[in-house]
Amino acid sequence: MYAPGKYSSRGPALIPRMKTKHRIYYITLFSVVLLGLIATGMFQFWPHSIESTADWTLDKRSVHDAPLVRLTASSPIPERGDLSCRMHTCFDVYRCGYNPKNKIKVYIYPLQRFVDDLGVPISNTGLSREYNDLLSAISDSDFYTDDVTRACLFIPSIDVLNQNSLRIRETAQAFAMLPRWDKGMNHLLFNMLPGGPPDYNTALDVPRDRVVLAGGGFSTWTYRQGYDVSIPVYSPLSADVELPERQPGPRRYFILSSQTAIHREYRAELERLKEENGEALLLLDKCSNLSQGAASARKRCYKGQVYDYPQILQESSFCVVLRGARLGQAALSDVLQAGCVPVILADSYILPFSEVLDWKRASVVIPEEKLSEMYTILKSIPHRQVEEMQRQARWFWEAYFSSMKAIGLTTLQIINDRIYPYAARTYEQWNNPPVVKWSSVNSPLFLPLIPPRAPGFTAVVLTYDRVESLFRVITEISKVPSLAKLLVVWNNQNKSPPEESLWPKVGVPLKVVRTKENKLSNRFFPYDEIETEAVLAIDDDIIMLTSDELQFGYEVWREFPDRLVGYPGRLHLWDHEMGKWKYESEWTNEVSMVLTGAAFYHKYFNYLYTYKMPGDIKNWVDAHMNCEDIAMNFLVANITGKAPIKVTPRKKFKCPECTAIDGLSLDQTHMVERSECINKFASVFATMPLKVVEHRADPVLYKDDFPEKLKSFPNIGSL
Amino acid sequence: MQAKKRYLILLSAGACLVLLFYLGGVQLPAASRSRHDRSRHGYRPDQPWPHFSDPLHPFLPWDHTDTEEYNLHISPTQKRDIHASVYKGKHCRMDSCFDFSRCQKNGFKVYVYPQQKGEKISESYQNILSTIEGSRFYTSDPGQACLFVLSLDTLDRDQLSPQYVHNLKTKVQNLPLWNDGRNHLIFNLYSGTWPDYTEDLGFDIGQAMLAKASISTDNFRPRFDVSIPLFSKEHPRTGGERGFLKYNSIPPFRKYMLVFKGKRYLTGIGSDTRNALYHVHNAEDVVLLTTCKHGKDWQKHKDARCDKDNAEYDKYDYKEMLHNSTFCLVPRGRRLGSFRFLEALQAACVPVMLSNGWELPFSEIIDWNTAAVIGDERLLLQIPTTVRSIHQDKILSLRQQTQFLWEAYFSSVEKIVLSTLEIIQDRVLEHGSRSSLMWNSHPGGLFALPQYSGYLGDFPFYYATLGIKPHPKFTAVIHAVSPLVSQSQPILKLLAAVAKSQYCAQIIVLWNCDKPLPAKQRWPATSVPVIVIEGENKVMSSRFLPYETIVTDAVLSLDEDTVLSTTEVSS
Repeated sequence: MYAPGKYSSRGPALIPRMKTKHRIYYITLFSVVLLGLIATGMFQFWPHSIESTADWTLDKRSVHDAPLVRLTASSPIPERGDLSCRMHTCFDVYRCGYNPKNKIKVYIYPLQRFVDDLGVPISNTGLSREYNDLLSAISDSDFYTDDVTRACLFIPSIDVLNQNSLRIRETAQAFAMLPRWDKGMNHLLFNMLPGGPPDYNTALDVPRDRVVLAGGGFSTWTYRQGYDVSIPVYSPLSADVELPERQPGPRRYFILSSQTAIHREYRAELERLKEENGEALLLLDKCSNLSQGAASARKRCYKGQVYDYPQILQESSFCVVLRGARLGQAALSDVLQAGCVPVILADSYILPFSEVLDWKRASVVIPEEKLSEMYTILKSIPHRQVEEMQRQARWFWEAYFSSMKAIGLTTLQIINDRIYPYAARTYEQWNNPPVVKWSSVNSPLFLPLIPPRAPGFTAVVLTYDRVESLFRVITEISKVPSLAKLLVVWNNQNKSPPEESLWPKVGVPLKVVRTKENKLSNRFFPYDEIETEAVLAIDDDIIMLTSDELQFGYEVWREFPDRLVGYPGRLHLWDHEMGKWKYESEWTNEVSMVLTGAAFYHKYFNYLYTYKMPGDIKNWVDAHMNCEDIAMNFLVANITGKAPIKVTPRKKFKCPECTAIDGLSLDQTHMVERSECINKFASVFATMPLKVVEHRADPVLYKDDFPEKLKSFPNIGSL
Repeated sequence: MQAKKRYLILLSAGACLVLLFYLGGVQLPAASRSRHDRSRHGYRPDQPWPHFSDPLHPFLPWDHTDTEEYNLHISPTQKRDIHASVYKGKHCRMDSCFDFSRCQKNGFKVYVYPQQKGEKISESYQNILSTIEGSRFYTSDPGQACLFVLSLDTLDRDQLSPQYVHNLKTKVQNLPLWNDGRNHLIFNLYSGTWPDYTEDLGFDIGQAMLAKASISTDNFRPRFDVSIPLFSKEHPRTGGERGFLKYNSIPPFRKYMLVFKGKRYLTGIGSDTRNALYHVHNAEDVVLLTTCKHGKDWQKHKDARCDKDNAEYDKYDYKEMLHNSTFCLVPRGRRLGSFRFLEALQAACVPVMLSNGWELPFSEIIDWNTAAVIGDERLLLQIPTTVRSIHQDKILSLRQQTQFLWEAYFSSVEKIVLSTLEIIQDRVLEHGSRSSLMWNSHPGGLFALPQYSGYLGDFPFYYATLGIKPHPKFTAVIHAVSPLVSQSQPILKLLAAVAKSQYCAQIIVLWNCDKPLPAKQRWPATSVPVIVIEGENKVMSSRFLPYETIVTDAVLSLDEDTVLSTTEVSS
């Protein structure tokens, strides 16, 4: 404010000059401010505007609107591709990093149209329908990221599925122009038809640096094991034709050959086989009288008789898939779809997804040289194996061949498994069809071990307030030689356990655990105090078991450490009148459960019961205060697929004067409740896992006429 | 005027401010609007691949499928010949470097060259040779052989080693049956020497297959070579120790999470990984110990960390760590493989592999992800986090699998050699080979023979995995040695008793008696079919032959004088 005062003292004469001066001053000031603003605006907007234009092209729904990129003749060309590339040499794992989900992130380049300096596109089909399907499937999947900086794997949008439609040199130049190319590091290309006439190379001929190639038709010489992925040649037929799944079994024809592009040498060989074996073999070819076109691809002929393809594939047990000029054949996909067992004759061919799929269970591979012996070889395969193969073939198609989506995501999963091998999908997950996955049992304790006797077992006694009976049980158990520890689970919150001095004196550590709530599941908690593998669960009123019986039970458990080994046996029966399961405690010829009122089992099942019990069974048991033992039987039978083992003939456990069948109560309501438990659990497990057996374990010299003192376990009660 | 100027200045400043706000304001909504626009057009940031509406071409035009390829390519037999002549040496495969025709007539037979006088053979190689000579594959006739094994010791090809055999090149070339190594199998444990440890054997192996330890993926010819484990001189020839796991403990964690104890190479090949281990060592549950004390002149190369490391190294006992650790680190040594691998496997300590580019032992058949953690040397610092993230159920299963694999394929020289031969046999009998399930589950490939059946359900081992049940009925095989004279003979009573059982599907009488077969009508009439087979050799073990007439899974083997009642049979 000082300056204007000064100016004003000079007088009015100066005003006009001042005005112009001011005007210039203001104009420059304004323009500077404006320019500054524009500059900052530009600065802020510049990088965004690039991205937004890229996004805009994605938003457009036509491939013709994708930005045009012009290649010059001198654009760099990548190197041919290194045969020695492996994940540890040509793949940058740092980009994938550690992530708790163990999932790689995949980026897809936005679509661009590459043309050479004359404006001719590098490919005569451009983006194909199949590649578009593949990329949309990947972008819809969990693997996808739009953040190029976080990506572990990059997929160019340049379609190289079919090499024949490509201009090799220009395509290679286009790759090199990709912004993150970096010698093809961490880039994935999908190619189904490699090579071209006359020599038909078995891998994509486009120079591609260190790209991971997902190729259809690799031979053992071009396939870089553990780096490339062998993929199927997609059959467009599967999109149009629906073949219903057929039950495995023998079919009208034994062997069918339906390919049209078979070399005449092999066709002659097949003709010879046909002559020898007649009707069992059906040898089809192109129909000569039909015009070319899509319709003719769906017809096959034999001596003027026309057959529908691929439907005819379902009429045969085995279908020949011979190599053509290329090793990978789209016919393989059709054959699998029809549930026909492929007989693959293509020497040195790397079967699709062979890194994870067990083709021996779904196909027969015969060396080309042995084509003439094909019939004899196939005849030697047992029927049941053929049926398994038929089922397996269909499952492979459904899961891994049926769509471009299936092919793309399987490829990504395989790469994912290599980068996070400790979280890889298992053989069973890859190879077992859903039917088998449902019915199969993979016991978590699968190693056949006989644990040593020495560690002994821990007896876990569940008690509420029956102190006198509890003490009797403890005294009896303490006589068992292999007892290592006694754990009393005190389930009564209102009453304290008796003082230490009052407890019976036993030779092993005795520990009392006080629980917070009176729940039945407490007896199955994996307490840290249980240090042995073997657990003896016993009720506080089982006073009649002798120490010989208990020791013998432990010995039996050692031989069968994955089973429930117990004394009171029970059975479940199907009640035809009521249409539901029924609990049976009467004397029967069979056993399907042993009660955990007195049973040995592995500590692992405590862990499973507490943390892995399916559905709401655990809460249900606690709410009803019943059936924890039935739940345990269900759990063990379900994961091991094996029945429990009933040891010794004893049927009376609680008091000498009771009837032979003991029980909390024998009344009707109890039985009804227990039956209800079985029905409830069966519905939660969605199956009946319990297994019925007709045998029980007794000591070798149990009733034999032999001096008692020479028997290891003389004191085995008869009832 | 003063006021005017003041106003002007104020006005201009105000205008500037307004302009600034305006522009800034434009920017903000513009940005947000463009975002809105995208979402309105169905754009989601997580789904940017557009759904193109224009009709796209299929990648494989219909008319191209047939015409283009038909008969244009050269004849398949020619193609095979070309392959066989082109792909040699580093590119050898069974198709190009192996003569299958040798195996056709007599099956898979292995010939071992006779040992020459004056040739010294190491104990390990002697074990390998005697295993082959004792196996069912052995033949002493080179004319029948499908595979040839040298009697020249090729195990140790380290020139500095005392076991090194000199002049191998000429010795091999002079073998009359060498035939450029075709159908030959060469065993090797060590190759190359300080400082570069190449995998060259020092002689031309021609078209021979390698059964080699510490082989790298670069040199490994898939489905041609066999990667074998590195084993020590003390490795037992037969029998072999069992795995150390006696019982499954829950929870499966042991005192240490991850351990390693071994040499540290201060310079040269393979030194990087072991030199970096100290970054991960925490002296609590991750104990990675290295020593610089090895070789004569270690003092010369020693670095600042050596003394501290050596002191720490001596504090721990290797055996104690091995038995009390959940995971065991197996970093590469000078060569890719190390003894640590088998030691960890036997000790049920899950191996954590840090040996980039090592083709793991028997990788052709063993799915190592089920028994080991395959780490990456480049990600050493992540290893503790990685192993800690492995769920305890998975640890339980990894640990049991180490024991299965150890006992199935590694516990003795015999197991290692037989596994190698079985793998090659599977390639020769391509269509009758084992599936991955047979190799990777109990009882393993050496006991599950595909010659019995290719159908997994025919073996008792896979019922649970495949979720199938065995055939509910049984076949009784009665071994008869005495002639049929009276109608009250025990064998006839036995026949009647067994036939009454509801679970009996058929009865097979194996006539191993010198007297001729009795007439058909002399056998009692039964409800189940009775098949009488005349034993060819009349030997005892013929009762256990897998007769094709047996249709059930269960077989009840009986002597002719067994006394059994129907109820005993059925229950």
